[in-house]
Amino acid sequence: MEIIKSGKENDALIVKINGRMDAVTAPEFEKAMGAWIDESEKYFVVDLSSLEYISSAGLRSILVIAKKLKALNGKIFLAAMEEAVNEVFEISGFNSIIPIHDTVQAAIRQF
Amino acid sequence: MSSIQLPAKIENMGLLVQFISDIARKFGFSGKRIKEIELATEEALVNIINYAYPDHSGDIKVTCTRDPSKAFVIKIEDTGIAFDLLSLKDPDISVGISDREVGGLGVFLIRKLMDKVQYHRKNKKNILELVVHIPTK
Repeated sequence: MEIIKSGKENDALIVKINGRMDAVTAPEFEKAMGAWIDESEKYFVVDLSSLEYISSAGLRSILVIAKKLKALNGKIFLAAMEEAVNEVFEISGFNSIIPIHDTVQAAIRQF
Repeated sequence: MSSIQLPAKIENMGLLVQFISDIARKFGFSGKRIKEIELATEEALVNIINYAYPDHSGDIKVTCTRDPSKAFVIKIEDTGIAFDLLSLKDPDISVGISDREVGGLGVFLIRKLMDKVQYHRKNKKNILELVVHIPTK
């Protein structure tokens, strides 16, 4: 898995995740996001167009970060999810607790 | 029948999942179904890695077979503490972000994605079988 800061628009940091978010790699996401939050970033758009796979460990990490941001009045929007990842969000009901947008641009417009 | 046995450590999870998905690919599952098989097996393996051996190390054995009813059977065995993962309650997936907990979500995903899941305890082993119907050509 790779986590890349790909830009900043409308105060939102755009973060792209490539590869697989599983029990081994999910803590890296938590760590990277945690570091940006510590640098006072509060708004995030996470581009998932190149995320091939996610397991419950990945969902857990996203939830941890979303809860942390909620406590800081921050926001995290997920965008451009591919089919297999979207299915996991739907089955687990995560699509109703984390805002998801079809495209990165659509998510940026929310800020 | 193919099998693999490795120490129950997180660094072996990728190898075990890869072993299963390589065999699944040979059985003609779609790319989408293979990811679902990988997900269910990861959830089962992580559970063993995290909880089966609290005070000593132990192995995980994975055996893949095709049964006579044309199903792909993934048997996952460990010799750790007795644990029936099917005894876990489903998580409440209707609550909002603040009350949402992730415990139990892995088992919930296994149940949702596999065609059949069976657990038994035999000879001091936990034996979990994940069954997936093989697509007809």
